[in-house]
Amino acid sequence: MRFPVANRYVPLLATAFVLAALYGAGCISFNNFSSLRVAVNLVGDNGFLGVAAIGATFVIISGGIDLSVGSVVAFTSILIASLVEDHGVKPLAAIAVALMIGALFGGAMGGLIQWFDLPPFLVTLAGMFLARGVGFMIYPQSHGIQNDFFIQTVTDRLAVRLNDRVSFPFTGTCFVAVLVLGTFVAHYTRFGRYVYALGGDEQSARLMGLPVARTKVFIYALSGFCSALAGVVYTFYTQSGDPASCVGLELDAIAAVVIGGTLLSGGVGFLAGTVMGVLILGLIQTLITFKGDLNSWWTRIVAGMLVFLFILLQNLVSSASKRLGAKS
Amino acid sequence: MTTERFENKRVRWWSSLVWPVSGLALLLLFDLCFTDGFFKLEVRDGHLYGVLIDILNHGSKVMLLALGMALVIATGGVDLSVGAVMAIAGAVAARLINAANPSFTVAIFGALAVSILAGSWNGLLVGAFQIQPIVATLILMVAGRGIAMLITDGQIITFTDPRLTYLGNGHLLGMPFPVWLSAAMLLFTAVLTRRTALGLFIESVGDNQAASSYAGVNAATVKFFVYVFSGFCAGLAGLVAASNIKCADSNHAGLFLELDAILAVVVGGTLLTGGRFYLVGAIVGALFIQALTTTMYMRNVSADVAPVPKALAILIVCLLQSPAARKRLSGLVKRRNT
Repeated sequence: MRFPVANRYVPLLATAFVLAALYGAGCISFNNFSSLRVAVNLVGDNGFLGVAAIGATFVIISGGIDLSVGSVVAFTSILIASLVEDHGVKPLAAIAVALMIGALFGGAMGGLIQWFDLPPFLVTLAGMFLARGVGFMIYPQSHGIQNDFFIQTVTDRLAVRLNDRVSFPFTGTCFVAVLVLGTFVAHYTRFGRYVYALGGDEQSARLMGLPVARTKVFIYALSGFCSALAGVVYTFYTQSGDPASCVGLELDAIAAVVIGGTLLSGGVGFLAGTVMGVLILGLIQTLITFKGDLNSWWTRIVAGMLVFLFILLQNLVSSASKRLGAKS
Repeated sequence: MTTERFENKRVRWWSSLVWPVSGLALLLLFDLCFTDGFFKLEVRDGHLYGVLIDILNHGSKVMLLALGMALVIATGGVDLSVGAVMAIAGAVAARLINAANPSFTVAIFGALAVSILAGSWNGLLVGAFQIQPIVATLILMVAGRGIAMLITDGQIITFTDPRLTYLGNGHLLGMPFPVWLSAAMLLFTAVLTRRTALGLFIESVGDNQAASSYAGVNAATVKFFVYVFSGFCAGLAGLVAASNIKCADSNHAGLFLELDAILAVVVGGTLLTGGRFYLVGAIVGALFIQALTTTMYMRNVSADVAPVPKALAILIVCLLQSPAARKRLSGLVKRRNT
């Protein structure tokens, strides 16, 4: 009983601190950085990464990993573009089909992992290759969408006007909605508790009589669904489908999850942390854009350093709580 | 580790190769029947040419990576950073060979030294700080390409030094040089691990870290070594990759090759859980992957769609090797029979 809560929240607080510090540094260094437009764009531009990272958070909390995220996003975007443009499918129907395929695809990977006892790393790696290749089979290059639903409804009518110059894009709304729903699922449903229990100790979860198999399959289905949804958001964002897009998005998603304080060994983590991680990655990008003379590869270096710092911090926290536990 | 395992070691050495070799044989049989000109070999200017030679040649990068990766996976870890380290090695070599007074030796040793440094960083994180391998090597995977870009100033640096281009394009005794390099590294790694106690240490750490440290094996040192070795292999592969195209392309050098290397090791019979490694298996695995890729190119499958058969091959190999899948399959058969 010595600061268990505080320890749990330490990485989350550190993430919030980094986010605030980065934002503060930007506001001090650059004019207009504090403007509403920058903040709105930060959320809108990173909407698809955010949605994908939220799905990845569930998988990582459960102790697994999903490497297929980027490919599924690309697959979904080209599937929707092809269905809407070449096959005359209604936009909403195309989106529904894409989401269903994403969930089924994730569920199939989860099934292989659970019932054939294969390492998640390998199965989702195969999934990554598969989704990428099938995307290219559907349409071999970037495919623009001319449909009114994507051109007008999503970008104009569904955007929320904040004042006469800035409006909140629909991609940002999707991000926020998925965050709210995800937080509800993680903390207020039985499934959410199962996910944490599974990540804490699968053996114990099984002995407690939790439905481990069902939960695991469902977690990967959820991640597949989130990736597909991220693909939908990406399609809204770029108004096109591209089977070659989002290469390595899964790494950004995993980096965001780690920066957000989730343990990669599972059992510990918060969606709010992931969202802050996504915003931190986005802020670094924005800062580099504002600076102008720095090259974009600094994003990756800074992201790598942040991942390192947070892992170090988590190690310190967990060893500190172990020491406290041993004393009491 | 039981005594039984030691008694059976000779038998197991080849029995582990049954699956990967039969996979490769099946693929080659398919090509023999359906792909024209797959087995044609010809000698031009005293150099061997042909699809089979190409497979050996182009497979050499993954073979080199797989040797390092096999040792890492044997300790229960994984090294995701090898692709990025390849890019760094290529960048360093290209930068040094284009310096004011270029020296081939400095370029090669500089590139390898930096790769070893990158490997030691991974080894330090995993060995000393006890960070999970996926996470620890993820850092360099994310940051590594940025570092390579920094070294090349974001440019693609070309070079013309004949000795450096020889590494990836030259021939020695009729065979492409990278093939000799991979063979030499296989021999070196095999002697290093199987003729000294090192291989035993690596396997014991991967098998049961607690037990091996009670037996006096310093797990941190062993882990540090395997990541350094993996970095070194990645450096060699990076040199070959850069030399192949006569330039250092930080964005694309070794992109996704870490995945191919892991696959090669797994196809070769090494379990991701650690405790064992099969070097020859890893080499066969790398050849299997390259043969699959080449087969698809020859059958006019577009390079973009090529991942699909690859993914299916991975799944099939994994299922065949998974004890749970085997049990399920045999259970099905039994149920049918009764």
